[in-house]
Amino acid sequence: MDIVQSLDSVGKYATLLHRTLTLPDKFREFAKEFFKEMYKLGVNSLWIVIIISFFIGAVMVVQIALNVASPLLPRFTVGVVSREIILLEFSSTIMCLILAGKVGSNIASEIGTMRVTEQIDALEIMGVNSANYLILPKVTAFVAFMPVLVIFSMFLGMIGGYVICVITNTPPPETYIYGIQAFFNDFFVWYSIIKSMLFGFIIATVAAYFGYHAKGGSLDVGKASTDSVVINSILILITDLAFTQLVMG
Amino acid sequence: MIEVKNLTKSFDGRIVIDDISANFKKGLVNMIIGRSGSGKTVFLKTLIGLLQPTKGEIYYKGQDFLKMRPREVKKLRKDMGMLFQGSALFDSKTVLENVMFPLDMFSRKNRRERRKRAEFCLERVNLKEAHDLFPSEISGGMMKRAAIARAIALNPQYMFYDEPNSGLDPKTSQVIDELISDITKDFGMTTIVVTHDMNSVMNIGDHIIYIYEGKKEWEGSKDEIMDADNELLNEFVFASDIFKKMKETKESDKMDIQSGTEPNK
Repeated sequence: MDIVQSLDSVGKYATLLHRTLTLPDKFREFAKEFFKEMYKLGVNSLWIVIIISFFIGAVMVVQIALNVASPLLPRFTVGVVSREIILLEFSSTIMCLILAGKVGSNIASEIGTMRVTEQIDALEIMGVNSANYLILPKVTAFVAFMPVLVIFSMFLGMIGGYVICVITNTPPPETYIYGIQAFFNDFFVWYSIIKSMLFGFIIATVAAYFGYHAKGGSLDVGKASTDSVVINSILILITDLAFTQLVMG
Repeated sequence: MIEVKNLTKSFDGRIVIDDISANFKKGLVNMIIGRSGSGKTVFLKTLIGLLQPTKGEIYYKGQDFLKMRPREVKKLRKDMGMLFQGSALFDSKTVLENVMFPLDMFSRKNRRERRKRAEFCLERVNLKEAHDLFPSEISGGMMKRAAIARAIALNPQYMFYDEPNSGLDPKTSQVIDELISDITKDFGMTTIVVTHDMNSVMNIGDHIIYIYEGKKEWEGSKDEIMDADNELLNEFVFASDIFKKMKETKESDKMDIQSGTEPNK
């Protein structure tokens, strides 16, 4: 029964994507919604990205400095390792897991509320492709803004590490800066940006799916929102593994 | 005109609409009445294509709605307006933006003309003062009127109302009823109202269909409803003391006329 239900959900998700990813009825309306969503989902997420990246970057440097305190390893290793963690996993995967909570629940609850209050039915009755009108601007705006969030996260993560080096002098700030620059491979930045854009697409579409198919009342909207965060988190981790194996393996 | 033939709708084998056939004429307020849970809203949603029927045919101006291509359905939808039970106004838009929405999506008029049309529609429903307010800032009656203004913005040929008076006080209900009746006559629309409000039926109903447990039990005009020889319909209509008294008065007046005395006024 669970397998049948899962297949049914995959089918419904594919159908929803098919309805969503079409040309907008009115480009002017799409553009209006696109910028509105970019502000709501992207710009409004900057503060949480900044705070989390700064503190995790700082904590990471403290932890690495403690754990690589060996005379066999040069002190700039702290900078190299923290940079690689930030570029490869933290600013894309971990940040997207956090955004799955913030942005995913926002999308699922907004569309879910529109579903249970018949606003989506009202769009359909007018002859508007509700999936396209409601979901496409969210998906495109969030995916388009993702590189900005990732770059902010990378930058603030490294700044956090630098600040803790200035405060504790472990390692000294100039050693940390040297480590940050040593053996730098710019492909890792592109890898992280592309991966996070893929995660952005998953977050927005899966959350929209749960909201769009919400039934009942406010309790069900809450459930749709929670389910979207859980499923998004699992999908992000699986996709991360597959993508990393595909690109790096 | 809308024609329905043998419409059946079931959910997981449970029949909710059972073989209903009916004609809904232009310029009339067609009312579908019945107890809560009798299948009225499902019938309406099936009629407008929000639910897929299990069996049956639906014709809009002689064209089979269920066999139309997506493009034809989209075209027909522009001729449909609907007032939902909870109004279904878009929370993120102001009243004026809500009314302008269908115009923004489908009208080729410029912005100034679209705004003028939206203002006309709001004026038509006596809601000029609420232009810049959000749905959460207005009363239930105003929300219904705003939703009617949005529904008529594209000048539809078919208007559907799902419980237009639910949650409204009697005076506001009367205002909404008058609005439905006036709009139907003024714009020459085919109007279908789903309701369980008998006051509304007696105020504006031209053609009435009574649904009981998914089946069409009775069909007629509001003048015939009081004398209908249908037990299930009578049970529904005379559940209200006002209508029970109305019937008693009518019967005693009839007896007075037969016996030659002047009826009580």
